[in-house]
Amino acid sequence: MGEEKKFTTVSIPTPLFKKIEERIKGTGFTSVPSYVTYILRELIAETEEEEEEPFTKEDEERIKERLRALGYLD
Amino acid sequence: MAAKPHGGKLVERIEKKERREEAKEMPRKDISIDEARDSANIAHVVFSPLEGYMVREDFENVLIHGRLSNDLPWTIPIVMDVDREEIDKILEGDDIALFYNDAPIATMKVEEIFPYDKKGYATKVYKTESMEHPGVAQLFEKKNFLIGGKINLLNDVPTKFPNYKLWPKETRILFKARGWETIVGFQTRNAPHVGHEYVQKTALTFVDGLFINPLIGKKKKGDFKDEIIIATCEALFKNYYPKDAATIAILETEMRYAGPREAIFHAIIRKNYGCTHFIVGRDHAGVGNFYGPYEAQEIFYEDPDLGITPLFFESFFYCKKCGSVVNEKICPHGKEDRINFSGTKIREMLLQGRRLPEAMMRPEVADVILKAENPFVGA
Repeated sequence: MGEEKKFTTVSIPTPLFKKIEERIKGTGFTSVPSYVTYILRELIAETEEEEEEPFTKEDEERIKERLRALGYLD
Repeated sequence: MAAKPHGGKLVERIEKKERREEAKEMPRKDISIDEARDSANIAHVVFSPLEGYMVREDFENVLIHGRLSNDLPWTIPIVMDVDREEIDKILEGDDIALFYNDAPIATMKVEEIFPYDKKGYATKVYKTESMEHPGVAQLFEKKNFLIGGKINLLNDVPTKFPNYKLWPKETRILFKARGWETIVGFQTRNAPHVGHEYVQKTALTFVDGLFINPLIGKKKKGDFKDEIIIATCEALFKNYYPKDAATIAILETEMRYAGPREAIFHAIIRKNYGCTHFIVGRDHAGVGNFYGPYEAQEIFYEDPDLGITPLFFESFFYCKKCGSVVNEKICPHGKEDRINFSGTKIREMLLQGRRLPEAMMRPEVADVILKAENPFVGA
């Protein structure tokens, strides 16, 4: 399955690594990489820009009509 | 405001009308009703950000990391299987037409054809290789190769429940029109008992709207039939729910019984429908004793970037001393005072034609089941 190719290495300062090792003791995190991955994903998700929903007025009216016909809207 | 679709964009993949005739001349692959439904789910954003069946890179990432190759959380492979005879007729780069019941459903641009390891798949997704697991048994019946590539929908797939069929674009407009900014999604493959009702209503207390989204599709023997699920949900909704704060629409896809991984998959689907929250109960999407009772809740801590908030619930039960439906967290009394909403027990009683106590199931719901000749799959 090529599992080894699905990971890569990032260098971080040794004191930071040790600090994280201490910090994750007794938590659900089993390793420094799993903690760092979690934090980075959280951070990236917070800063990612998302696009607006591309509904045109016509789309919206057509769909509302169907929703009314099905009894979802009055 | 409703949640953004998974991947941030709402892109439908509907084929141009003129391609419908062209499709008839393309190499043809016949697909099952479940594959036809999943093709429509891809095209109508239910499985966003997927634009087709997974290529090897996505497939392997999903197995290993529970994520797509772009690092978005995704836990269940969405794949199209083929056998050697079929791949002799299809080449990478070909446009093919997917047919269900002799009708063209979608076109597919074949990007990749590849073999896969079923044992590895089973271990990663189902956490077992046991053939007792219905998802594993089904996996081992699949053909030995996968074809990946983007699809475009030609025609919608027939449904037995057209009045309950909404796509994400429609639910998003519905939620907006009703003024719901926070919406909780509820996945079910059951006729609702009082425990389900309490979970849903407790969740609804904290948000603007409740989206009841029964799963319609292939299920294992002993599960409730689709028409019973719909009729019982409707009976409960009609008699006991505020119409301006709750709604029902179906999701047509098969149950995988993949427990924790399927819980994440179910949450992503509801995010695509526009839900901001998702209810995860005890042993969500589990089967037998393959998963721990709260494993499907614990897995959510692995995905801080999921984009939908899980609401975790312990099992509800009726406590004779409290005189109400409660759960472990809020009831101080012992097990001897409880009436549990055990699915097995409920099924046994219903198969014997016995009416359940009102503390377990609303009479309107029980009536639907008791009036049915065969309420269970394979019964």
